[in-house]
Amino acid sequence: MMTDIIQKVKNLSIGFRSKKGDEILILKNISTNIKKGETVGIVGESGSGKSTLALAMMGYVKHGLYTIGGECQFNSSNLLKMKSKDLEKIRGRKIAMIPQNAGQALTPNLKIGYQIDEALQLHSDLDEIEREKKISELLNKVRLPSPETIALRYPHELSGGQQQRVAVAMALAGTPDLLLLDEPTTGLDVTTQAHVLELLNFIAKDTGTSMVYVSHDLGAIAQVSDRIIVMYSGEIVLEGPSRDILKKPIHPYTHGLLKSIPKLSLAGLPESMPGSQPQPGTIQGGCSFFDRCNFSDDNCKNNSPKLEFLKDLNTSVRCFNYEQLVNENEVSQTVNKIKNKSLDKEILNLSEVSISYAKQKLLDQIFNRISDENPTVKDINIDIKKGETIALVGESGSGKSTILKSIAGLLRTKDGLIKFDESRNLSSDLKERDPNDLRIIQLIFQNPDESLNPNHTVEEIIAQPLKLYFGLKGEKLKKNIIDLLQKVRLGEFYMSRYPRQLSGGEKQRVAVARAFAAKPDIILCDEVTSALDVSVQAAVLNLLQQLKEDFGTTYIFVSHDLAVVRAISDRVAVLYQGRLCEVGPSNDVYKFPSHPYTEVLLGAVLEPDPDIKPKLVAEDIVEERPPEKGCSFQGRCSRIVGDICKKEIPPWQLTDSGNAIRCHIPIKELQKQQF
Amino acid sequence: MKVDNIYKEEKKSAFAKLSEIIITMASRPSGLIGLSILVFHIILAFISPYIAPHDFKAIDPTLMLQAPSAEYWFGTDDLGRDVFTRTILGGRTALTITFFGSLIALLWGGLLGIFCGLVGGKIDDVVMRIVDAFLSIPWILAMLLIVSLLGTSTEVLIPALGFFYGKGIVRVARAATHDVIAKDFIVSARARGHSNFSIIWNEIIPNVRDAILVEGAMRWSWMLLGFSSLSFLGFGVSPPTPDWGLMISNARGLMSFAYWAVIAPIVGLSSLIIGINLTADAFAKALGIDRSTKAPV
Repeated sequence: MMTDIIQKVKNLSIGFRSKKGDEILILKNISTNIKKGETVGIVGESGSGKSTLALAMMGYVKHGLYTIGGECQFNSSNLLKMKSKDLEKIRGRKIAMIPQNAGQALTPNLKIGYQIDEALQLHSDLDEIEREKKISELLNKVRLPSPETIALRYPHELSGGQQQRVAVAMALAGTPDLLLLDEPTTGLDVTTQAHVLELLNFIAKDTGTSMVYVSHDLGAIAQVSDRIIVMYSGEIVLEGPSRDILKKPIHPYTHGLLKSIPKLSLAGLPESMPGSQPQPGTIQGGCSFFDRCNFSDDNCKNNSPKLEFLKDLNTSVRCFNYEQLVNENEVSQTVNKIKNKSLDKEILNLSEVSISYAKQKLLDQIFNRISDENPTVKDINIDIKKGETIALVGESGSGKSTILKSIAGLLRTKDGLIKFDESRNLSSDLKERDPNDLRIIQLIFQNPDESLNPNHTVEEIIAQPLKLYFGLKGEKLKKNIIDLLQKVRLGEFYMSRYPRQLSGGEKQRVAVARAFAAKPDIILCDEVTSALDVSVQAAVLNLLQQLKEDFGTTYIFVSHDLAVVRAISDRVAVLYQGRLCEVGPSNDVYKFPSHPYTEVLLGAVLEPDPDIKPKLVAEDIVEERPPEKGCSFQGRCSRIVGDICKKEIPPWQLTDSGNAIRCHIPIKELQKQQF
Repeated sequence: MKVDNIYKEEKKSAFAKLSEIIITMASRPSGLIGLSILVFHIILAFISPYIAPHDFKAIDPTLMLQAPSAEYWFGTDDLGRDVFTRTILGGRTALTITFFGSLIALLWGGLLGIFCGLVGGKIDDVVMRIVDAFLSIPWILAMLLIVSLLGTSTEVLIPALGFFYGKGIVRVARAATHDVIAKDFIVSARARGHSNFSIIWNEIIPNVRDAILVEGAMRWSWMLLGFSSLSFLGFGVSPPTPDWGLMISNARGLMSFAYWAVIAPIVGLSSLIIGINLTADAFAKALGIDRSTKAPV
């Protein structure tokens, strides 16, 4: 049986020394084996040590960290004690790595073919002619169209998905026994992600390579892995066959996590997990998950559980009370249905809005009017009711954030009107709006690290809108800040903290508090949960919903994550290339018949369930600019009906449930095709 | 929640922050050396008039070019004046003028740089081309012109030096502003409708302050060298006021047989410049800006 094991991690501990000289562990006593031909998913939140573990598996320890104990055995030699010369022979040839951001991992000024050739020269003994053959073979294997032309291109001429494929091809150049993938699909669009995962699955089967797939995304892990390792603050808390872990997790963390992930099939907000993962070095005895656990008792507080192997379940678990979960059935998700009192009153109306990024130079206007006629965003007509949550969804480049910027007054529209409260016209230029117009619309950004000034305390951050709009001072100001902090469930003592001392979820709460401080009517949420850890996401969504019910605020919610959108929104608008494809109540948008693009998006959603496989309907081509004539989706549509799609802008068609679809195919026909 | 003290850090007063920075600076050998040299020079500048053993302008032809002795520690110069007295007094003018000069450079360079970085567009283009144009003029020529037109008084030298050494700071401040300007907290402040002034004061300055201060400290040492060059050429401090640049210039012809008259001011000047440089570097490291790896501009 020993020969089956390709990599053996034994009692591995990695850590760093703090300023005070304390040893702080990033990985605590990790032991696991990777078998030949299997795909192991390592899943955990940021800071759980999953990437450190993957890097250690190729004998690399990040700068500033050092090995405290244990070993990583590959072919019965310890990689962590090996000289760099010997490591060079293993890296690339025996163990290859696929990085998260292929765009940054490829050298920008070398052609793709040359870069793969380099990898081949290093990791194989082929001669020049054989190498050339091998390059197109590799590019073929990762399903890049016309390998010969791709080989002559530079990395920036490829899309993100194609770049990631090239990275896979380079990793395969040395025919490695073990492939390490560090969040390989995280930066990609949903549809591209599904395609890349499918490719990885194919390669695993085809070449028999073992894979270690590191990700925070249980949905992606579910699609590729045979076995899953769940990590929490530097420890393995659960390890076992993929299906068992996703269907019947016996560790409270995984159990809670699966309960808190929004799913496509469920409308409404899932239960959230309290708290957040502790920082390394902050756990003083006891179980590291104790604070957040629903099953914990006094024993958990004082003693830390050991990883226990359960023979009948073929699973290892680190929990005293796992038995309570063993007998439970499959994870049943309970959701809080959202109750929005949306009134008939219109609060914001976009009519015929188009936005252009083209520079309006005099010469351009005289000689070249094309850029003008084909703006990035065109023909946006949406009316937003008071108190509702409307979501704009689409992949990157769909114009969803662009529209948000124009509503906020940060980007000038080319044409069209933005009307507030049925009567007031809002200029899309900040300078032409009066302070009250600015107050009624507030923004919450994607990444709280960027949206909070690192040199301001929480108090100063929240005080800004209060001072600006209401001129509050002294005690009154302080009282208001404390009130707001309480509303986002943060204690008074957070006032003197700096953003860097807060966890991701806490930072986003501060950003939410700042937005609500202005007492706005409309809050624009730009991918507010996508920078957050999975276990924190549901909590922030629940908070947003609670605040909305209390204040009757209207949300315009931008997201690429269809499951999150499903959970929180009343209505959904699907965008492609800056044009609306489908607008309707979210229950109906998520049901067929839908616009062919919505169909593609829905098919590509990854769910943390091994039984639900993504459906790949269209190719994952990336279009640089919208087509000049006809339907915006013509380039990728699998249901194209003919010339009409290329020449005429499709009409809006209404389904019985009030869902508007913009397609040339009649609704009934669409319904037939999609069932 | 269990939160350990290593992640907990309360808001500190400016004084506490400063003393912490100085302690960090002094914990490195190079920082400690730099700080001690600088502090030594500053103390010397304050107390030198009271401890000077002789009159700095007492000319005595009988004592011309005497070698160092118990009475005249660093010897005497060609007019029989005590070199030790003149050396310890010689840094005062240079230190004061360049200190205020760099403050002016910091102020106008920093503010203009931040402003250009924030507004961008045409204004930025025009201002930066003007700054570039000034950068292309050899500063010493321009300084000579100003000094010969307006005289060598302190009121002329401080703003003139401040102007010429502020140009470089404009670039650094603009680059540092560009780093933060795209961040969402600035977009957020804009969307709320804060004025440009409020954005600069509340959002940008706290984030670029460190980079500009470090640059200013470096400019100080350069300005000191520049000012001494002016004195050396006879356009800085007028005799008989003791000044290192002037002393070097006067005594250099006699270097072959009265080296002491030249070496003392040279040691004074170069130790001060090295001291400021080392301090600025340690300051940058203590603030977390590593000039060796991440130079702005």
